Amino acid sequence: MPAASLALEVRALRKTFGTVVAVDGLDLDVHSGECFGLLGPNGAGKTTTIEICEGLQEADSGDVIVLGQRWNSDERALRERLGVQLQETQFSEKITVEETITLFRSFFQRGPAVSEIIGLVQLDEKRAARVGTLSGGQKQRLSVACALAGDPELLFLDEPTTGLDPQSRRQLWDLVERLRASGRTILLTTHYMEEAERLCDHVAIVDQGKVIASDTPRALIRSLGAEQVVEVELVEGAAVPTGLFATTTGVLDSRIDGPVWSLQVSAAHQAVPAVLRTLEAAGLSMTELRTHTPTLEDVFVSLTGRHLREQ
Amino acid sequence: MSNAEPKQVAWNPQAGSSTSPLLQLTLIRFREFLREPEAVFWTFIFPLLLAGGLGLAFRSRPGDVAKVGILTSAPAAETIRAALAGDSTLQLVSLDDSAAAAALRIGTVALVVAAQDAQRVEYRYDRAREEARTARLLVDEALQRSHGRKDAVAVTESLISERGSRYIDFVLPGLLAMNLMGSGMWGIGFSIVDARRKKLLKRFVATPMRRYHYLASFLLMRLGLMVIEVTVIASFGYFAFGVPMRGSLIAFGVACLLGALVFGSLGLLVASRAKTIEAASGLMNLLMLPMWVASGVFFSAGNFPDAVQPIIQALPLTAVVDSVRGIMIQGLGWAQLLPEFAIVTTWLVLSFGVALRFFRWR
Repeated sequence: MPAASLALEVRALRKTFGTVVAVDGLDLDVHSGECFGLLGPNGAGKTTTIEICEGLQEADSGDVIVLGQRWNSDERALRERLGVQLQETQFSEKITVEETITLFRSFFQRGPAVSEIIGLVQLDEKRAARVGTLSGGQKQRLSVACALAGDPELLFLDEPTTGLDPQSRRQLWDLVERLRASGRTILLTTHYMEEAERLCDHVAIVDQGKVIASDTPRALIRSLGAEQVVEVELVEGAAVPTGLFATTTGVLDSRIDGPVWSLQVSAAHQAVPAVLRTLEAAGLSMTELRTHTPTLEDVFVSLTGRHLREQ
Repeated sequence: MSNAEPKQVAWNPQAGSSTSPLLQLTLIRFREFLREPEAVFWTFIFPLLLAGGLGLAFRSRPGDVAKVGILTSAPAAETIRAALAGDSTLQLVSLDDSAAAAALRIGTVALVVAAQDAQRVEYRYDRAREEARTARLLVDEALQRSHGRKDAVAVTESLISERGSRYIDFVLPGLLAMNLMGSGMWGIGFSIVDARRKKLLKRFVATPMRRYHYLASFLLMRLGLMVIEVTVIASFGYFAFGVPMRGSLIAFGVACLLGALVFGSLGLLVASRAKTIEAASGLMNLLMLPMWVASGVFFSAGNFPDAVQPIIQALPLTAVVDSVRGIMIQGLGWAQLLPEFAIVTTWLVLSFGVALRFFRWR
């Protein structure tokens, strides 16, 4: 892929805070026009990475090229072309939605009219409402609206739906999908695998400051080679031999997490009876058995042995 | 929302007209201030209440009346009462022993007279209190005269009443300067620390906003509010108490402008690193408390020992108080104000420079 089509290029990025290594040799290639997701658990280094890309933190080492430019050259010109949404910004509560967006719009030389931005994020009815009266989802859409004030070529969204209720989350997804369809490049971080699956053309799975897998969501899931995932929950406290399902028919890979076995299987109709036989032979009883089609969560479990949302 | 293909974002990127960011930032400052009723109260109403209260408490009463207690348990109480009753500068109250002691203690009478007989009286009073010493002189004068004392020296009196020498004339310019300090430092310091705490500063830095625009918007707001504050307080003094404005209004305007800017810059300095309101609050009190006490707002800075005078005179509030008071009461001209203006300008340049250099944007 020629470098010209890259909106963002990150090479061997490293950042430490005291003795804690937040980012540990991370590489990213974000192509123009795609929605790229950094997926990983809390503390994986996603926010540090995105803030270095936004020029808000400095890396210890490594190289970041944003829209063909490094942060040490004309910073303001680059900022004209970027939209940034931070994880924890609280806008002034006494100021209205329209006043807030007008302020951000005034920082950029070019960009859409304030009323157009308000319409896009569907805050028309809240135009004259003070920020303090908005719901969580409305505040988050205001935050995205401020990021859109300069009609950005590259949009950074850091955990845009964290803490939102399911309906607000779907409204925000809808907004991101419309932005993606308009040809903007988007880099977003999330620890929700369904968010990454739905929104992203490309996903980098991040764990402990490194990218441990990077591809389209479909390709990542296909790489498991499994058609189904079977989860078996055993009676708590049972002594479980390691490699219990290693030789079970149809089981491609198996992981244990607490009392739950997660089994990747090729054909569920053959694997499930075999799993039951294995349990019976080992004298173990289970409390629940579930199957689902594989998700990015399973990819993460397969790569790290841990779940995304565990602490 | 339908589940149809997401619509394209079709907008005209040139449609938005770009307004001045400095104007927008300054408008936001004013809105934040005006939509905070407490801030409006502390900035505008509080100094008026304070000035009004002090003006009433320390108003000059023509021919001050001394309150004197007559001890009823003393044998010659009625004789003494008759002897003093004719004197209009004395207000007499009859008190028994315990009431007299209590009245002296809380200051409702300045002096108690206990008379054994017409020839022997005892004065009970606190020598450290000015009005008690005055009362003693007045009572003694009246008593001695009623018993036939004649003046050895012939005296004629010509009385004058000079506007500008009352306590309200002294304290109002002080309050005005103190208000410039308080609203400058709290107003700017708190807003900035709050914006930093809420990650709003970081969010601004992520846009092409020019950083000096952000800082300048605070100083512009201060200048706008300063005009209102100063006008309200000075005209309140003028109309309610007749506090004069003897110097030039232009010099007065310059003194207030410098005052607003220097305390605005000190506010920026205090807020330049602080991450929490508590940290900023401590720093503010550390800076402001010595100035409240020492800079001559409520009483003359000359009361402090000579050894610390150079320090007191170098404080920004002392310089602002002295220049504002000098212009209003003494009618000082530019040449006489130069030292004060030089001190204030030095503080302004230093604090703004240091604040800009060390400001924590993230």
